[in-house]
Amino acid sequence: MRNIFLFIRRYFNFIFFLVLQIIALSFLFRYNKFHEAAYMNVAGEITGKINERYNNVQYYFKLKNTNEALAKENVYLRNLLRENYQAPDTAKRFIVDSIRIDSIKRFQKYSYYDARVVGSFISAQMNYLTIHRGEAQGIKKDMGVIGPQGIVGRIVTASENYAVVMSMLNQNFKVKAKLKKSGENGTVEWDGVSPQYVLLRDIPKSAPIANGDTVLTSELSSIYPPGIMVGTVAGSIKDPSSAFYIIKLKTATNFSNVQYVTVIDDLQKAERQQLEESIKK
Amino acid sequence: MSSLLKNIIRFFVFILVQVYVLHKMPPLHRFITPYLYYLFILWLPFNISRSSLMLVSFLYGLTLDYFLNTPGLHAAPCVLIAYVRPFLINVLISQEGADQNYASPSITSMGWVPYLTYVIILTLLHHGYLVFLEWMHFGTFWYFLGKVLATSCISLLLILVTELLVFRKEKFKTNTV
Repeated sequence: MRNIFLFIRRYFNFIFFLVLQIIALSFLFRYNKFHEAAYMNVAGEITGKINERYNNVQYYFKLKNTNEALAKENVYLRNLLRENYQAPDTAKRFIVDSIRIDSIKRFQKYSYYDARVVGSFISAQMNYLTIHRGEAQGIKKDMGVIGPQGIVGRIVTASENYAVVMSMLNQNFKVKAKLKKSGENGTVEWDGVSPQYVLLRDIPKSAPIANGDTVLTSELSSIYPPGIMVGTVAGSIKDPSSAFYIIKLKTATNFSNVQYVTVIDDLQKAERQQLEESIKK
Repeated sequence: MSSLLKNIIRFFVFILVQVYVLHKMPPLHRFITPYLYYLFILWLPFNISRSSLMLVSFLYGLTLDYFLNTPGLHAAPCVLIAYVRPFLINVLISQEGADQNYASPSITSMGWVPYLTYVIILTLLHHGYLVFLEWMHFGTFWYFLGKVLATSCISLLLILVTELLVFRKEKFKTNTV
């Protein structure tokens, strides 16, 4: 017994070093579980407040770009208004309401929340954004996040008033996307090289591809509504070891000046997940 | 100003500079991430005990991690350089008892060459371990090697600029060893 105490005293610094290393590494490798722990929420609240202070200053320098992006989105949405689509009068007319509401069931699938970005990084290999809207304002884990120009990321954690978004420029981020022209589905991920480009994989070599083609979110995506802009094709290589293309996409969102985002809540997600879980058993 | 107050101010200044200046810069290349924050650990005084040095470094790294949303990624290399630091200082101090005559490691207290060696070794250790942890998630061996070298060069440049800009008064405390 005495020898054990002597041993601990003699190697106290080394043991202390090992203990701290193990704590740090366990934080790192149990990242997702750790995120749900209470102290991450407290820390998120504090860093969120400091980020917001910084953003209030930075915000003014980007107002012009933000205005342009919002104006463009307004024009796009105005074009979608129902008044713009008028058919010539015929004897029989079929009127479709935009939302079917039953007295018992809701048919609405997505609901949208706007949020202001208060912190963002694009220089690391794992990039995150902080938005000023949290659990108290309806944000939950795994919601999709889009910007005026295209998709931005997904929520990884939310504290009371702030939430952290894993941006598309993160090596852990994956999303299902399709080519607008031919409808082939593939997976979008980031290779960490440049913040302006991401990679689209799993598109078969038979698909017709030209530079400038639009890539949209696919119907298979579990967090985004279909048809949201991901990016445009900037180049493609035929992977010699497989039957698929590796396509370089220019992201639709400019991550260096994203100021406002929209968080998407999929109201039928729980039902879908439950159904998918039930066949796994 | 007392040494404790000075270090508390440094703690926050280095974190804020790292998060809001160096990490906000548009990325030059995927291999280059400018790191300067760990200079705080290199500048801590000689007389701090080894276990508290490691504890301070751990908390310091974890603070940065909370800002960058990567819990543990920077804390682990910080603890490593804090553990190695006293060994290096013992080996590198040329004058007898410089660690008693001066407050903290600097060019004046250690001399040009030993201080440079001290900075280079700890920089390589810090970046080596940090990029190794990143490498375990993704990347190739060339990513590891390229990033360690490129990031170390940028960090050494930043440290040189900081040393030239920030004048640290190092008083000679006593004649007796």
